[in-house]
Amino acid sequence: MEQSQQGGARMIEMRKVEKWYGAFHALKSVDLTVRQGERIVLCGPSGSGKSTLIRCINHLETIQDGEIVVSGHRLNDSQKAVDAVRREVGMVFQQFNLFPHKTVLENCILAPMRVRKLSRADAEATARRYLDRVRIGNQAEKYPAQLSGGQQQRVAIARALCMEPKAMLFDEPTSALDPEMVKEVLDTMIGLARDGMTMICVTHEMGFARQVADRVIFMADGEIVEENDPDTFFRNPQHERSRAFLGEILAHH
Amino acid sequence: MTLDFSVVANAWPALLSGVMGTMLLAASGMALAMIIGVLGVAILRAQMRIPSFLVTAFVEIIRNTPFLVQIYFIFFALPLAGIRLNPTITAILALGLNGGAYAIEIIRGGVESISKGQTEAGLALGLHRGEVFRLIVLKPALKAIYPSLSSQFILLTLTTAICTSISAYELTSVGQRIEAETFRSFEVYFTLTMIYLVISLITMWVLAAIGKRAFNYPDR
Repeated sequence: MEQSQQGGARMIEMRKVEKWYGAFHALKSVDLTVRQGERIVLCGPSGSGKSTLIRCINHLETIQDGEIVVSGHRLNDSQKAVDAVRREVGMVFQQFNLFPHKTVLENCILAPMRVRKLSRADAEATARRYLDRVRIGNQAEKYPAQLSGGQQQRVAIARALCMEPKAMLFDEPTSALDPEMVKEVLDTMIGLARDGMTMICVTHEMGFARQVADRVIFMADGEIVEENDPDTFFRNPQHERSRAFLGEILAHH
Repeated sequence: MTLDFSVVANAWPALLSGVMGTMLLAASGMALAMIIGVLGVAILRAQMRIPSFLVTAFVEIIRNTPFLVQIYFIFFALPLAGIRLNPTITAILALGLNGGAYAIEIIRGGVESISKGQTEAGLALGLHRGEVFRLIVLKPALKAIYPSLSSQFILLTLTTAICTSISAYELTSVGQRIEAETFRSFEVYFTLTMIYLVISLITMWVLAAIGKRAFNYPDR
């Protein structure tokens, strides 16, 4: 609680969120507050609900009970609130999900033109700025299939940034990458974090968590089990399940 | 029996205009089928109960009844409803509806082959469902099923011959007239067979060229 009293304005608030897939209880009374500029790393064993949690924040998943407020918009079934939240929250997926029939540049200007109603010239200028920032500006005319996985994921980050979001959600952004490409994507994310972007990252990259996270949140069986600053979390995990999880992860690295 | 192809050769202007008629029916039928196919899938995707049911019913009725009966039905039923169309328009309508039902099935398969992640990426960027379908899902879906769609359209081209039954102007009706005037059945139908073969091959080639232009992005 004390933690949420300090820092910037409340960006994302989840209160008593409940989510079921049929009989499966995917999120159990989840409470989470993320303030502006905070960087959260969400980890836990597979099936623990971490991806589900961040997918609820931009309404890719609907919840059955509880409340989610993002940047002042209370997510309910009104399309207006959903639209407002999606305009302000960017998302990066495990499988990149670039649009294969559009060039890198076209991928980046589609939503700014249609959703934010930018002119093509403005959208292209913004896109080139962010493509340069993820160091892929010279590939703007290529198609996604012509890029490596790491390059595709950096384009996906740029595409999300082109909407000028207030917060970014990362859903295991490096899990589908060959090992030699993980670093280029993590470096991009570290750069973003340094620039003060509000971020929630589902990831198993514990080095990244150590380096940039303000808080590490550990989930198991649909619940937030432990929530701590990275130092405490890694040195002295409080919960038996976090200890077991860290043991597994570190054994593999 | 001696063969005499001169009667066929002498009728070349009529045959040529018959070919034009066939190509007009085929091209218009394909265009209509394509529109029906995409709209039908868009309606199914919107997941509204009654419109979806109507589309599904339409597809099942068309796919489980003979084309000949369908075209007679349209030809004789529409006047009862006070709508009078000439045989060519009726034929295009019948071909388009028939081809459209098959196109819906084929295109739906293509749409289902596109990963859910594409839709989610579009939604996460703030696009609405309709925009996601139109701008993100549709083109890769069409690319995936374009070979099947092309064979269906070749079939549609050959089906134009049945439109002779409502006396639409096309190659087979021209052939029948020449046969009635000359009694040279073998020569006439041998010639029609060859001409249809050429029409099919040209259609195949044109469709392949269109596909190559429309879907010229790399997949892998």
